[in-house]
Amino acid sequence: MTRACRLYSSALLTAALLALTACSLVGGGDSSAGEPDAEGQPTKVVLVTHESFALPDKLVKQFEQDTGLDLVIRASGDAGTLTNKLVLSAGNPQGDVAFGVDNTFASRALDNDVFAPYAAAMPAGADAYALPGDDDHRLAPVDNASVCVNVDTTWFDKQGLAPPKSLDDLTDPAYQDLFVLPGAATSSTGMAFLLATIAEYGDAWPDYWTRLMDNGAKLTAGWSDAYEVDFTQGGGKGDRPIVLSYDSSPAFTIGGDTSTTRALLDTCFRQVEYAGVLAGADNPDGAQQVIDWLLSPEVQQQLPTSMYVFPVDSSVTLPAEWAKYAVPPADPLTVDPAEIAKNRDEWLTTWSDVTSR
Amino acid sequence: MLSLRDVSVSYDGVPAVVDVDLELPDGEVLAVLGPSGCGKSTLLRAVAGLEPLTSGSVSWDGADLRGVPTHRRGFALLFQDGQLFGHLTVARNVGYALRLRRAPNVRERVAELLELVGLAGYGDRLPATLSGGERQRVALARALAAEPRLLLLDEPLSALDAGLRERLAADLRTILRGAGTTALMVTHDHEEAFTVADRLAVMRAGGVVQDGPIAEVWREPVDPETALFLGYARVFRDDAAAAILAAAGRPPAPAVAVRRSALTVDAHGQLTGVVLSSRATPEQIRLVVDVPGVGEADAVAPLDSHPAVGQPARLAVDSGRLAVWVTAPAPL
Amino acid sequence: MSPAVSRIARLLGVAAIPLAILGVFFALPVVGMVSRGFWADGTFDPGAVLGVLGRPRVHRVLWFTLWSASLGTLLSLALGLPAAHVLYRRRFPGVSVLRAALLAPFVLPTVVVGVAFRQLVGESGPLGFLGIDGSPIAIIAGLVFFNASVVIRIVGGAWESLDPRAGEAAAALGAGPWQVLRTVTLPALRPSLVSAASVVFLFCATAFGVVLTLGGLAYSSVETEIYLLTANLLDLQAAAALSVLQLVVVTGLLLAAARARRTPDPALSRILARPRRLSSGDLPALGGTALLGLLVAGPILALVAGSLRHDDAWTLANYRALATTGEQQALIAPVTDALVTSLRTAFDATWMSLLLGLTVAVVVTRRSRSVSERRVRSVLDGVFMLPLGVSAVTLGFGFLITLDRPPLDLRDSPLLVPIAQALVALPLVVRTLVPVLAGVDDRLRQAAATLGAAPWRASLTVDLPVVARPLLAAAGFAFAVSLGEFGATSFLARDEHPTLPVVIFGLIGHPGPMNYGMALAASVVLASTTAAVMLAVERLHVPVGSF
Repeated sequence: MTRACRLYSSALLTAALLALTACSLVGGGDSSAGEPDAEGQPTKVVLVTHESFALPDKLVKQFEQDTGLDLVIRASGDAGTLTNKLVLSAGNPQGDVAFGVDNTFASRALDNDVFAPYAAAMPAGADAYALPGDDDHRLAPVDNASVCVNVDTTWFDKQGLAPPKSLDDLTDPAYQDLFVLPGAATSSTGMAFLLATIAEYGDAWPDYWTRLMDNGAKLTAGWSDAYEVDFTQGGGKGDRPIVLSYDSSPAFTIGGDTSTTRALLDTCFRQVEYAGVLAGADNPDGAQQVIDWLLSPEVQQQLPTSMYVFPVDSSVTLPAEWAKYAVPPADPLTVDPAEIAKNRDEWLTTWSDVTSR
Repeated sequence: MLSLRDVSVSYDGVPAVVDVDLELPDGEVLAVLGPSGCGKSTLLRAVAGLEPLTSGSVSWDGADLRGVPTHRRGFALLFQDGQLFGHLTVARNVGYALRLRRAPNVRERVAELLELVGLAGYGDRLPATLSGGERQRVALARALAAEPRLLLLDEPLSALDAGLRERLAADLRTILRGAGTTALMVTHDHEEAFTVADRLAVMRAGGVVQDGPIAEVWREPVDPETALFLGYARVFRDDAAAAILAAAGRPPAPAVAVRRSALTVDAHGQLTGVVLSSRATPEQIRLVVDVPGVGEADAVAPLDSHPAVGQPARLAVDSGRLAVWVTAPAPL
Repeated sequence: MSPAVSRIARLLGVAAIPLAILGVFFALPVVGMVSRGFWADGTFDPGAVLGVLGRPRVHRVLWFTLWSASLGTLLSLALGLPAAHVLYRRRFPGVSVLRAALLAPFVLPTVVVGVAFRQLVGESGPLGFLGIDGSPIAIIAGLVFFNASVVIRIVGGAWESLDPRAGEAAAALGAGPWQVLRTVTLPALRPSLVSAASVVFLFCATAFGVVLTLGGLAYSSVETEIYLLTANLLDLQAAAALSVLQLVVVTGLLLAAARARRTPDPALSRILARPRRLSSGDLPALGGTALLGLLVAGPILALVAGSLRHDDAWTLANYRALATTGEQQALIAPVTDALVTSLRTAFDATWMSLLLGLTVAVVVTRRSRSVSERRVRSVLDGVFMLPLGVSAVTLGFGFLITLDRPPLDLRDSPLLVPIAQALVALPLVVRTLVPVLAGVDDRLRQAAATLGAAPWRASLTVDLPVVARPLLAAAGFAFAVSLGEFGATSFLARDEHPTLPVVIFGLIGHPGPMNYGMALAASVVLASTTAAVMLAVERLHVPVGSF
């Protein structure tokens, strides 16, 4: 090999390596962040959460500025996945603080000592959402949303048919083949509805489901399938005018000067999402600051727009569409979280048997 | 009988075969001889129905074969490298065509054919374990098993080494004769053609320049280029031609092609030349001589003679090893 | 050490790096998860795990998984083969664009394809009259939609370089086109057919979104069951039972495949056959290709059409919105940023899987000198297919509980996602390269060695030219797998930089017509990016034989 040739090929190699690192994630991360500073104080705090977590960059930056901490957000999976991950890594958690465990999974997390106590200062009205049985304040309620049956009011107007009002109405032959809902086994929305029926009918809930399925209720894998494909007001313009969704959903179907959909407030099950300091966290102080931040008016105010949920802070002003069309149920159906933790498996098995018949 | 009329084939507009006319009577073997790239393989593929004709026709017993797919033509094809099916044993390769048509007694027939090509007992071997010559024998047996109306051979022996090639060429001739098979073989080796074929067609640049019974073409090549391709060593013209013809006792002509062995060292020879070089082969001594009035020429001498370089030698001319043009042929 | 043993030791030495990576990022997490099931409450209780296997529900789930995956594989082969023939043995204008476009379905997020499919076959869709929504037929159609392109690429690559003269010889012996296909072409393609079939089977058997979305919850596969048991019920005993079952079935399949792949004479002559023009003889193949085209184009067209609709009008608003963070701040990052993240992740996953895959392929294709050596090689061959056959949930949770303390404190590493994706892509890379490398005549390497070339140099001279094009194909595969991967990715930490499929999932999971439209538009962007990358890769035109 001649000298020039060798020079040429090493230049090529260098160029290739440079191109490689530019495209690659390797070396692209900020590896310096997170090392404790000179005084041994942690400089970062890690928030473990689910896929739906979203807050504007501006708010995150503000938090980092105010506290001097680097906020790392690790989001993956849904509420169930999140809870189970926390349970499996209890004692050696993946982060310092977790957000997104809801009241259907909370007992499992508490039973497995995932969270450390922290009595945060609660905003006005938040106490109403506290987890029953959580006496040493391991979980702080951050937001809530109720799963309710929604109806397409324009469709019913056009058909000259009165929309259903209650869970019982859904089994009325007048509403045959009109209801679509995500399944309880694959969707937390569907699970919430199953709990609503359990709250309403007690031990007789399997009979209700038999009647519901006999009346042509359609099950889908997830919320998006039911709402966006089969619901008449969804993105895909389906052909079923009754869908399982949220109390806030009518705020997203504004047509003209009114909403084209309405939530049936007697069919609702309320989901509350909690945040808590993880037991064994590297930075428990930072974790507490994150919880305070999530309960701060700035974040509470942002929750409807960013995460489609109601804040627990009753003093927060809701966005205009929410104030007008998103009506939370006054008296939602409830099931004791401890009961849920104990029976989830059995209920889901029974539910699968009833619905796949 | 196979008839080709004005057959032309082109690839993407580039002509590979141009206006070829050929006839092959039943039971005869026709060799198409030409240098590589002359279009002879394309011609073979066109006959097999593997290449569409640009114009002209290929017919069998007067029936045009246009639109008849390869597998309905009844023409078996033997490739240069055999193209045995690697996943099948020798016996299954040979019996392939028989199984396709659900013939009875496949096993016996296969054994017979393997016997015929000299590979009895090879039935259970896989092609990968055979030598090149054995593979070609299996390929031949496989082709014969189909009992084709016409056997197409694409350079069947050229992948083999010289000695094997000679032996297999003789075997091929015996087998084809014995079975009365009509065959069309393309080759670039004139000796192979001479050994196997009855008729010869010489191809150059996509066209057939000469065809006829093999001895006839051999004796009277149409032009010097053909002569050289057929194995004639040199072509002499005008005075040089006259000198050689005179020595052979024949009337003068404008040009003559001379085989390497046409001039022999002979005490009674009429020509005299000076030996320029000498090289012994197992059968004879090959010389290059300088003959006044003729120029450089090739000659042979018996093994027991010892012509020395620089010494004169008397040379006789064998009239049977000359090809004479009575009218001046085109220059090379 | 005897020569045979030292050869095997050397072989394992070369395979050490891929084996170590597989050990840390696959075996360790899976064993970790499974053993949690076996050691419930701190005591070893295999009886309880085995008891799960006796449940009738488990039998039903296993049976459904087996038959749906088998049928999906068969149909993917049946429709993929004619397309491979047309796209790799024939030439016509636009063939390379078509080849590139065919990989697009492969990367589309299942959740979006599910929506697109259901818009077509749902009760109110244009194909609603078929009544297949929520039926196994819809599931199978979905499986074929995703996997036919795998068949086309793996088989097409081998078919492209198959010497056509063997088929011509057969035709001259009286074999009709179908007989040539059956008796000559398919046997010659067998290694790649078996490769494609086994990969597709694994993809089908571990399909998650398709079964749930298109099956309308009436059907459960082993994969969906493991998901339910692990992510929802935290019933690790039952999950471990199913994971072990999954592993056993997959191992059995891989053994069968290895047996079926073995050909009497792997040293096929490889040539670059000139693709021919289309002729009337290609009509059956064209028919099959058209059928596949319809199956693939239908949902994609529905997707494109949906992405161009907003407020009942045709518009590009959904695409314009991709550079923002969504109507209601539904997105953490603009879709454009997510695309960049996806591309960078895919780049890493690609080079990792190529590096590992090439090493594995070279190791398993070298001719063995002894029976035990051959066994070791074929075991290695199978081992690297395993990641495809194991649930992403098991792997994702396994990462969390096994890679959680030094020296393997890797669960937060930004490389975890590309490594997981590389492991998913690895079997595809290996299966694309092995049939080709196995066809290289070992004598060529020996010839290079006698000319003074060191083993690596001989490999460079002999193997690289042969493997260059398949390597490109494999790179395309790996890249596409990574771009579209959602299962494993969504279980791993994503930090502030989500990949595009994760963002699409987030968009489609929230109400608001704009979010829905943006999800579709982002899917179209993802698919066309993939197709563009594939086209660029195909255009690279590696000069074969120039090394």
